[in-house]
Amino acid sequence: MFGKLSLDSIPFHEPIIMVTVAAIALGGAIVVGLITYYRKWAYLWTDWVTSIDHKKIGVMYFLVALVMLVRGFADAIMMRTQQALAAGGAEGYLPPHHFDQIFTAHGVIMIFFVAMPMVIGLMNLVVPLQIGARDVAFPFMNNLSFWLFAVGMILVNLSLFIGEFAKTGWLAYAPLSELRYSPDVGVDYWIWALQLSGIGTTLTGINFFVTILKMRTKGMTLFRMPIFTWTAFCTNVLIILSFPILTVTIALLTLDRYLGMHFFTNDMGGSQMMYVNLIWAWGHPEVYILILPAFGVFSEVIATFTKKRLFGYKTMVWATAAITVLSFIVWLHHFFTMGAGANVNAFFGIMTMIIAIPTGVKIFNWLFTMYRGRIQFTTPVLWTIGFIITFTLGGMTGVMLAVPGANFVLHNSLFVIAHFHNVIIGGVVFGMMAGFTYWFPKAFGFTLSEKWGKRSFWCWLIGFYVAFMPLYALSFFGAMRRMQSYEQSEWQPLMIVAWFGAVIIACGIACIVIQLVVSIRDRDKNRDLTGDPWDARTLEWSTSSPPPNYNFAYLPDVASIDSYWEMKQQPGGFKRELATKFEDIHMPKNTAEGPIMSLFALFFGFALIWHIWWLVGLGAIGMFVTFMFRIFNNDTDYHVSAAEVEKTEREYHKRLEMQA
Amino acid sequence: MSDIHTSHDGASHGSYKSYIIGLVLSIVLTLISFGVVMTGSFGIPTMMITVVVTAIIQVLVQLVLFMHLNTKSEGGWNVLSFVFTAGILVLIIGGSLWIMHNIHINMMLG
Repeated sequence: MFGKLSLDSIPFHEPIIMVTVAAIALGGAIVVGLITYYRKWAYLWTDWVTSIDHKKIGVMYFLVALVMLVRGFADAIMMRTQQALAAGGAEGYLPPHHFDQIFTAHGVIMIFFVAMPMVIGLMNLVVPLQIGARDVAFPFMNNLSFWLFAVGMILVNLSLFIGEFAKTGWLAYAPLSELRYSPDVGVDYWIWALQLSGIGTTLTGINFFVTILKMRTKGMTLFRMPIFTWTAFCTNVLIILSFPILTVTIALLTLDRYLGMHFFTNDMGGSQMMYVNLIWAWGHPEVYILILPAFGVFSEVIATFTKKRLFGYKTMVWATAAITVLSFIVWLHHFFTMGAGANVNAFFGIMTMIIAIPTGVKIFNWLFTMYRGRIQFTTPVLWTIGFIITFTLGGMTGVMLAVPGANFVLHNSLFVIAHFHNVIIGGVVFGMMAGFTYWFPKAFGFTLSEKWGKRSFWCWLIGFYVAFMPLYALSFFGAMRRMQSYEQSEWQPLMIVAWFGAVIIACGIACIVIQLVVSIRDRDKNRDLTGDPWDARTLEWSTSSPPPNYNFAYLPDVASIDSYWEMKQQPGGFKRELATKFEDIHMPKNTAEGPIMSLFALFFGFALIWHIWWLVGLGAIGMFVTFMFRIFNNDTDYHVSAAEVEKTEREYHKRLEMQA
Repeated sequence: MSDIHTSHDGASHGSYKSYIIGLVLSIVLTLISFGVVMTGSFGIPTMMITVVVTAIIQVLVQLVLFMHLNTKSEGGWNVLSFVFTAGILVLIIGGSLWIMHNIHINMMLG
């Protein structure tokens, strides 16, 4: 009846897990209680869960990402604590099988359920507004993407208290991830969480690719698009081309595990090296999927707060395009040591060094934009400057790793860990936090507390250096990654320093939470009625904050790069005048089909993990039937009447006048 | 949404004839590749080349006859995307073959 699932699957004997589960259950109960008390269920369902509004979907992505950041960080601090304790024969407090799950969960969560949703969330919020569109090309698909992603997230978190998670590392290298060496459900959780959320990501990629190509407003040629939209475009190209590789690779592993096939096993002609090859053919583009939109954020932020046009717009675009192509021909640098030989290693080593060139071009573009600009040192600018310094360092250690000879020494050492945290924290996290602070007022109509934002920045910056510089040093003494314990007690002092760095980062995360709470408390004081709190340059700032669900009462007409800025510079300036005549606006309707399909997908995934075959069937049929409902549903759109548009716009202008 | 008219300038929707041709071609191609493997009377190199070639033709048949890929639709964006994708495919598949071939030789697995 319940396949492999039984009461024994719940780890009652693990006090750490049980306490965590109790805390989560308590927190969840409080949230549910509050929603019920304030009677917000209907509001949540109609205004958020079933919403196809790209702005709300973006907010939901980012909210999930922030929650998962806390979860992923909890894993991180547990690992740091373990390594600070388990020196010179000491065992620490985490047994190996638990430690292995934690480092796997940390990697999976931070990449797939923190970095990805932050990137996709920002894209959702910003891209349609920047190109002057009223929604994405496929609004229903957008909602479905979010909920499929949410299913993956739920599965990863379920593994915490039903069964266990993979003990294989975040990429589940075969043959360790094969049934013979990982007979438990951990790898199956990994498989289905990634497959389901991966479908969501692929759909998002297609959605935004089409949106950017087909839905730009009048006059917005490709070379008038804001840089963030350009980077989002290239990211979506990368998603469309690379995520299928991940899907296929995991599907082959699934066939091995479920149907006894031999793609990546040791015997019967399987090749585990092919697994490593394929997973990195996806994995390397993936890191550019994450970093390119961060580059876009920095470009917008730095142009806005220096009050200058971005230096070298075209070189920025071409550098982004070059990175997009090059990111597909460097993947072997993740496995120089696998034995491909000198020719192959030299080629991929050189390609990796070449990809640093367009990235360097970008760094200079940002520096020259700041040069002689009137820089306002707001929170987003601090994140940007912190990024330029930190990311440059991380890039240089990357080039070091790209030297095959050096790589043979550094492979699988803490050097690799320090390097990729250097670029992912210094690049992606800083970028997403900059974007979060920068576009928050667009989503909610009030600015975030600068004081707490700056505190968060300093904690993250200092915390990062304190936590990861020791790891570079330790790697030269031979410290490897993923150590549950180590003999060399002389490593312990630096491990304790690294632990202290993680504590400082914890303060940074706490500051983000406090920043949100304080800003929401003081929202009336920080209200921005104009819709343009930063005196910014691109179209999203020309509408109100938060924008009405149709974004623009009239679609704007674009004549140049930074067209909104140009409009403001004209004699008389940009006037937020009330139009004299309004038109009906054609909009998509909210729909419950996305969340319902995803609920069935959750049953489907969970049942496959535990081999509950009847539930697999139920989930599959449920998904199919709901999808058929969607296909034969012709009632998917409506018109916002001209009168209603007029009413909304009049209210907005009344608020504007009151402020003036 | 309002000003985005759904794809009348986009791809053509094909004709009865083109669908039938596509269906027949894809069935024939599938049968060829299955046949080559299941009869087992060909050598492994012949078998592999046949399967790969029929697979590539299959992709093209489906793209052109079912997905209506042509140089004119969407102002050339379709075909540009296709060429780019094909380029990346060549890089990844070619690169993978090169890597795995080298590993094979270096590890003396053959």
